Amino acid sequence: MGRLRDNRLGIAGWGYAGRYGFERYAYFFQRLTGLGILLYFSLHIFVTAYRAFGEQAWTRVMSGVDKPFFKLGEYMLFMAVAYHALNGLRVLFSELGLFMGKPIRPVYPYETSLKRQRPLFFIVMALAGVIIVMGGLDLIRYFRP
Amino acid sequence: MKIKVKVSRFDPDKSPERYFSEYELEVSEGMTVLDGLIWLKENADPTISFRYSCRMGVCGSCAMMINSYPHLACHTQILEITKSVLVLEPLCNHANVRDLICDFSAFFEKHRTIKPHLLREDAEKLDLTGEISQTPQELESYLQFSYCIKCGICVAACPTCATDKEYLGPQALAQAYRYTQDSRDAGGDKRIEAAAEGHGIHHCHYAGACSEACPKGVDPAFAIQLFRKQMVLRSLGLKETRPPAGEMPPMTLNPKPNIPKPPEPTIK
Ligand code: SF4
Ligand code: FES
Repeated sequence: MGRLRDNRLGIAGWGYAGRYGFERYAYFFQRLTGLGILLYFSLHIFVTAYRAFGEQAWTRVMSGVDKPFFKLGEYMLFMAVAYHALNGLRVLFSELGLFMGKPIRPVYPYETSLKRQRPLFFIVMALAGVIIVMGGLDLIRYFRP
Repeated sequence: MKIKVKVSRFDPDKSPERYFSEYELEVSEGMTVLDGLIWLKENADPTISFRYSCRMGVCGSCAMMINSYPHLACHTQILEITKSVLVLEPLCNHANVRDLICDFSAFFEKHRTIKPHLLREDAEKLDLTGEISQTPQELESYLQFSYCIKCGICVAACPTCATDKEYLGPQALAQAYRYTQDSRDAGGDKRIEAAAEGHGIHHCHYAGACSEACPKGVDPAFAIQLFRKQMVLRSLGLKETRPPAGEMPPMTLNPKPNIPKPPEPTIK
């Protein structure tokens, strides 16, 4: 086996591999936001664990995270959750074979199920966009009350 | 028109690293990448290694990365891709054996895992001169997925295959659906078992790159989602498992009027 050269793209291949459609990038962002949300959960458990050390420790850590840096972080988390949830819904629908049409005869130029489910893709992306903008307005209110 | 062709080279006997060789190629209208490679091998460098057989998009052996996108070399015209630099590399996500050649043993092993043939218990008892009935609707429900030529392009496009060596991949999973959906088959449970393994169907998240790149319009991502739907319905008991379609008497026993008789057999 030493004579074979492993030609897998690796993690970089999730991000870019060629001129593919939106869905491949949606896949990448789904994984990226998933990892981001996981990171947040670990931090969240770490921070809330301070509650066990009494009220003083809790107030101290809470005032520590009440900073613009963490607010921005929170907003990034909000964006990640909005995207992950809505795109996840689209993937869920696809996994149940919904909004994808029926098998067709492969006659050139080929049409794929991707094209047929693309309206759903744009709808969930638009919804995610609206939610992200609304959250952004809230963030602006935090900085300029 | 003259273009520059960069070919990825790899020879494990010389070096564990790959490198690029550059050539000049006179391109004419309609010239395919495979035509170009054959010309280069005959006229510029006989040591370039690549696979091909049918030269007409049927055998699936000439798949390679052409300017960073997986295509069949015999099915891709150079001028549709570039007018300056053509970069040829072996398929991604497969093991590279030599220059543009990949090792397909793992690919075919995965294909075998999902039992790509009709499975039915009465197979031994079937009359081999007979036919198994199938309605046009039943045929249409899997026909698209049966056009696969096993070229491996979908695996090169798939982001899950980029990091998971064991993942069954779009080709094998699509074929699992193709055979399970066939009304003549009764092996769905066995395929579901194989596809539900750790590195199986649950690693697909519908990135869809396989379907975009497939040179035969097979839409493997769609087959995978339909297979998944079938798995869900079966596990919820919402899809009754049907017996495989039955045998029909040989057509010759009851021919339609106006169809001439076949000639007498020449070998008794
Ligand atoms: S599904 Fe398409 S891309 Fe994949 S092996 Fe079959 S023909 Fe090639
Ligand atoms: S040589 Fe057969 S598909 Fe290209």
